[in-house]
Amino acid sequence: MDYEFHWNTVLQKLPEMLEGAFVTLHVSVLSMLIGIVFAVLLAIVRMNNIKPFSYVAVAWVEVARNTPALFQIYMAYFGLGAFGIHLSPYTAVLSALIFINSGYLVETFRGGFQSIPKTQYSASKSLGMTGFQIYRYILLPQMFRRIYHPMTNQFVWSILMSSLGILVGMSELSGETQRLQSLSFRTLEFFIVAACMYYLITKLVLLAASLAARKLFRGEI
Amino acid sequence: MINIQNVHKSFGDLEVLKGIDLDVKKGEVLSIIGSSGSGKSTLLYCINAIEKIQKGKIIVDDIDVHHPDTNQDQLRQRLGMVFQQWNSFPHLTVLENAALAPRVVKKMSKDEAIVIAEKELIHVGLGDKFDEYPTKLSGGQQQRLAIARALAMKPNYMLFDEITSALDPELVGEVLDTLRILREDGMTMICVTHEIAFARDVSDTVAYFQHGVIEEMGPPDQVISNPQKETTQKFLSKVLS
Amino acid sequence: MGSLFTPLSWNDTGFILIGVWNTIIISVVAIVIGTLLGIIVGFIRSESSKVTNTLLGAFLDILRSVPLIIQLVLFSTFIGVMGHPLNPFIAGSIILSLYTMAFMSEVFRGGFDSVAAAMKVAGRSLGMTYWQTVSYVSFPIGIRTVFPSWLGVALSVIKDSALVSVIGYMELLRTSDQLISRTQQPLEILLGVGLFYFVISYPLSHYGKKIERNMAL
Repeated sequence: MDYEFHWNTVLQKLPEMLEGAFVTLHVSVLSMLIGIVFAVLLAIVRMNNIKPFSYVAVAWVEVARNTPALFQIYMAYFGLGAFGIHLSPYTAVLSALIFINSGYLVETFRGGFQSIPKTQYSASKSLGMTGFQIYRYILLPQMFRRIYHPMTNQFVWSILMSSLGILVGMSELSGETQRLQSLSFRTLEFFIVAACMYYLITKLVLLAASLAARKLFRGEI
Repeated sequence: MINIQNVHKSFGDLEVLKGIDLDVKKGEVLSIIGSSGSGKSTLLYCINAIEKIQKGKIIVDDIDVHHPDTNQDQLRQRLGMVFQQWNSFPHLTVLENAALAPRVVKKMSKDEAIVIAEKELIHVGLGDKFDEYPTKLSGGQQQRLAIARALAMKPNYMLFDEITSALDPELVGEVLDTLRILREDGMTMICVTHEIAFARDVSDTVAYFQHGVIEEMGPPDQVISNPQKETTQKFLSKVLS
Repeated sequence: MGSLFTPLSWNDTGFILIGVWNTIIISVVAIVIGTLLGIIVGFIRSESSKVTNTLLGAFLDILRSVPLIIQLVLFSTFIGVMGHPLNPFIAGSIILSLYTMAFMSEVFRGGFDSVAAAMKVAGRSLGMTYWQTVSYVSFPIGIRTVFPSWLGVALSVIKDSALVSVIGYMELLRTSDQLISRTQQPLEILLGVGLFYFVISYPLSHYGKKIERNMAL
């Protein structure tokens, strides 16, 4: 092996890479938060069959789940250009991630909701609870427990998918890594460090999630 | 003949069998009764080497079951076992369930295996269910399938681990009737059971297990109808009331 | 918007079809190899001691925690540096297959674990050896149970194949990209490309859901 590793170059640029990682994190967090909002709206529209929005909702979910993330990003970045809408790389990636996350989360919510035994509903009704109370105290808490794990996975997915920003010139971790390595040609070292950073971020997120789970779900199954 | 000598078995720190001595002769029907946790089922699993023993010996047809040189897969062909949860293979039809082991273990041809499987299935009363999948059968039918599946291997001995405990009451009778048929056929059987009336009517010997030891053993006239020990009396009065 | 197909000459269509073909072929390779390796690894993890399991698990975890794009770039840079460059199809197939295997092994591990121990005891009690029980009982039952999840991973692979373009593989999205810069008609071309992915993914995923519902009965 003729290659000499020069880690110094990377270590000098570490702060800039960390800035990139920060962008990765906040685009992922935003895409999840806004994605959840849209997912709730979509779920409500679908469950109550509010036409014509329910057709839009179905189309949204099916397109989001059946086309590649990169395609969504290209659509947002290049496709919208045909309509005169020119999004920055950040906004394009964010929009694509929001679109996809909300599509997947609707299905997660639906699955979580449907997996609650119907007997929970009849039991609480017979105790005299109103519809709203049943949702607030019985159904939603149980649903939350069931969707917690899939939602954590969706968040991790968002973090990993944000790396596609590299292809549209976004300055998240991968994009920054690309930019920095092209200045010094220490490609291998830079991407190894980037890989390690992604791994650490993912592990930390999962660790935080399981710690939070322990606090939130004490004593439940 | 099955010969059990001073068998001790522990799960970790918990000793479940504390010195069992027992013989079962050819053609004999032995029923083992006792409360849960007394070690009855564990003994069966030790006989067919699914579980290991820490001390003692089990000899089946002059073969030391737990000897390191013993081929336990081969040994298990002589011992048929039926479980509380029938464990029928869900991905195979009734006929395929019964024909699988003869084909795969005894290396019979598919046709030979099917002939044997059909015979045993008819013997237990499932002659009209060959092409059904087990999930479509009732618990009693699946249990009879399990019996036929074990019989298809032509074992010398049949071990039954509480095979009626998981059944709805109205299905218990058909399974017990099947066991009576096997007794008529002269099969050597060890039945761990909660069905005391059955044990009394069908067995040659009854053993009452408690806390890993045999408290009392003898013909059903004695152990069930006229128990000598107080512990046996207490158990029976609780169960029969 | 103008006529949809005017800018697409016969050459262009051929060009796109190469992209389609390349997408299909690399997806199939990754799915097949990923499945085979996934079955083996999933089985090993299901039957192993804690130590083996944790070590294997850690390796697979890395594959699942680093973005695919980074893995592709890293691998192609590495082999270039080593002096053994591989063409994009082979390099891409290797990484995509390993990536798929990482997810498939979880699917199959779950499948094998879900086969109740009692099934295996029943098989052994009939005199079947360990491997006979695996072949005739554990494996067939485990595989059937996981079909819907397997399908889910397979569909993801088809979508992820788009990323192999990063190392120079001319799959569908990359060829469409080039076409867009030539014809300046991003919308129509992208819509066509999106339609391709959708037409493959949508029917299969609904078929999978139907199977899942039937199995639950």
